[in-house]
Formats: sequence, C-alpha cells, structure tokens
Amino acid sequence: MALENVNKHFGELHVLKDINLEVAHGEVVVVIGPSGGGKSTLCRTINRLETIDSGTITLDGEPLPAEGKALARLRADVGMVFQSFNLFAHRTILQNVTLGPLKVRKVPREEADKEAMELLDRVGIAAQAAKYPAQLSGGQQQRAAIARALAMKPKLMLFDEPTSALDPEMVAEVLEVMTGLAEAGMTMIVVTHEMGFARSAARRVVFMADGQIVEEAAPESFFTAPSSDRARDFLSKILRH
Amino acid sequence: MEALFDNREAILAGFWATIRLAAMSALLSLVLGTLLAALRVAPVPVLRWSGTVYVNVLRNTPLTLVLLFCSLGISNTLQLNFDVYDPSFNGYWLAIVGLTAYTATFVCETLRSGINTVPLGQAEAARAIGLTFFQSMRLVILPQAFRAVITPLGSVLIALTKNTTVVIVAGYAEAAFVMKEMLYESTGGTLEIFLGFALGFVVLTLPIGFLTGRLARRLEVKR
Repeated sequence: MALENVNKHFGELHVLKDINLEVAHGEVVVVIGPSGGGKSTLCRTINRLETIDSGTITLDGEPLPAEGKALARLRADVGMVFQSFNLFAHRTILQNVTLGPLKVRKVPREEADKEAMELLDRVGIAAQAAKYPAQLSGGQQQRAAIARALAMKPKLMLFDEPTSALDPEMVAEVLEVMTGLAEAGMTMIVVTHEMGFARSAARRVVFMADGQIVEEAAPESFFTAPSSDRARDFLSKILRH
Repeated sequence: MEALFDNREAILAGFWATIRLAAMSALLSLVLGTLLAALRVAPVPVLRWSGTVYVNVLRNTPLTLVLLFCSLGISNTLQLNFDVYDPSFNGYWLAIVGLTAYTATFVCETLRSGINTVPLGQAEAARAIGLTFFQSMRLVILPQAFRAVITPLGSVLIALTKNTTVVIVAGYAEAAFVMKEMLYESTGGTLEIFLGFALGFVVLTLPIGFLTGRLARRLEVKR
C-alpha cells in the first residue's frame, strides 16, 4: 500500500499536505499525533471514504478506483474499524458479520455462518451472536466490528481510533484482539492515542501534525528519542501523566 | 337508518371499491415512493435531479387535476387504456395510476426524512465492507429508515384512503360516489347518510393508525 504526494483540502483547510507513506505486507503502522492533525482523514482516504485532491494511492500496485463496482471491490479487500463501531443497528451481531460475505463475496449461508461464529469466538463474543448491537457493551461492539471487517478476509485493516469511544475498562479487551491480529501477520494501519499499543505492536510509528507526516520511526527510537520538536512537545504532554 | 339499510348492498359495494383502490394504490405507492427516495439520495446528479423534479411537480399538483388528467387526458385524449371493453376495470386502474403517482411523492418525502435519521456511520460501514450504493440502500439504510417512519407513513396511508373519494371526478364508483347518488335520490335522512359514510371511513382508517403505531413501537431500532 502506498500513498504518493497526497493532498486534500476541506474548503480553506489543507488537511493532508504532500503525504508519502508506504506500508508493506504484514506491517503494522501506528499513526499518532494531535487531534485535527489529519490522522483520521488519512485513514479514510485509503478506502476512499474521503476523496483526495491530488496525488496517488495504490494498493498492490493498482491505483484506487474512483467509483462504482471496482471501488466496492477494493473496499471489500480493505477492512475498516471505526471509532463509533457503526454496527448495523437493525441486525444481530451474527448478521452484521455475515452480511458482507453473503452479499459481496456470495459465500453460501452455511459457510458464512460457520466462519462468522469462528471469528466471533476468536474475538471472544460468540455468546452474543444472537443479540443486537445496542444490547452489547462498547468493547463487545468494537470486537464485533473487528470480526465484521475480518469476515471479508481483507488484505489490509484500517483502524480509525478504535478505542477512543470506549470506557477505560474496555480498551484493553479491544487492544488485545488487535495485538493478536498484528501477531498473526495482518497488515494494519492504526490511528490511535494508545501509546502502549503503539510501543508493543507497531513495526513503525508515524507522527502526524498539521496535515503533515512529521516523523517516521521504529517505536522504540520514536518514544525514547524523537527527532522533531513537534513530536517531543507532543510526547512530553501525553507521557507526563 | 332506513335509507342506509335499504341501500346496504350498494354501500358495501362502494366501500369494497374504496378498499380495493386504497390497498392497491398503497402497495404501488410504497414501491414507487421507495424508488423515488433512492433516486433523491443517489450519488448520480441526473438521478437526484429527476427524482426531485418528479416529486415537486406531482406533490404540488392538486389530486383532482392528476385524476382528471388520468381519466380525460390519458384515457380519452391519448387513448391509452387498460381495457376499453370493461369501463369499470379501466376506471379502476386509471384511478390507481393517478393515486399512486400522487401518493408516492409523499411516501418518498416521508422516507427521505427517515433516511436522515440513520446515522452517517451506517452508510460508511456499509460501503466499507464493499456493498454497492443500491445494496447498502436496500440492506442497511432503507430498513432502518422505514422503521423510523412507520407512524408518519400510516398518516400518508390514511390520507390516501380518504383521497380515494376524489376518484369521483374520474368516474370510478367508490363509496363517495354511492353517497352522492344516495343523497341525490333520497327525500330525507341526509344527516344519517352522511354519518353512515363518515363512520365507514373511520372504520377503515382508524385501524391503520392503530396498527402502524403498534408496529412502530415493535420494530423500533435501538441505538
């Protein structure tokens, strides 16, 4: 996955400034930085939930399709986990997980159900399969959302602040699932404020501020010796507590 | 009461015609209204634009005019008919064309307000797993939008049931036509004839409100 000279504006606001980023197969990249720095927007451009003004984004060497069936196919290959879970409110957890496989991948119902139950078991909520999203805790909902994304057998998973809307107690259960995924070799781009996760699971940390990638480094060197003032300033503020 | 009792067969036949008109138009306008709503939120400007034009023209035209156009314009002038040898059958379907074309715009606008109650994240999640626009409409957005607007849709159907009486201008005999004939021919009992027919409509429409109210509570989407 590669971004080259990507630019995006929201009206007057230049939210992404000449972004260049490459992510290799099996790599886990954590994007951190202050709010409003363009992290989420970057994440959303990769499956084209946000369009870009200039530059190119390629997946496996192919540029992102602009619209239509080809775009839908691309999105099926890129899993996305949202801050606010976005589980389909009128469907049970199991139906949430099987919808994509049934309607996009055209997997037979029995197989889709079986695989979905395995995934729900893997994220530890198989017992909740018949419930509706509103009946689950935030942590359970987010784990269900991860299972829904995994059900499409994605090449790449995007996490857009997956733990920011959760009670502190539930952050751990979601991070555990994500750590498991990282260890299993999934290619992941994670936007997060969880520095512990960035330290332990990331291959590389990308620090973004004011729409630019300010710094890219291995987690250990980033957290112990950030090279830019902006990153030093950011880290001093969040690591003080 | 005598006037009503003596004409009970004509009255029942009139209300049966009303029910058939209302039921078929309701079904077809739900289908057409859903399609129109999908057009009005479609990502393609031409589709959005055509949906908007249709809704704004039909919704702002009096139903009487629409039905007159169906009977006099489409049938008499343009000679487009369902069956020229069966005036009753022909009148029934022409009336349904008019009622459906008109009511669908209200279904569309009701449904569109329902679509606005569905959080944006639902559509994003649907797109993110690779569903196309029409799949995410059909599988994710519209099911939730419908549940949000069952009660106002009930009001649209109640209005439709009462609007069937306007078909009188298109020459199809339903309840209002029977009442008109009875008032015309009767020598007394005007009030009871009116009350009898009014009660008939209450009997038809009250359950719609009751049932849609219950359905709305039962199918409510918990967030």
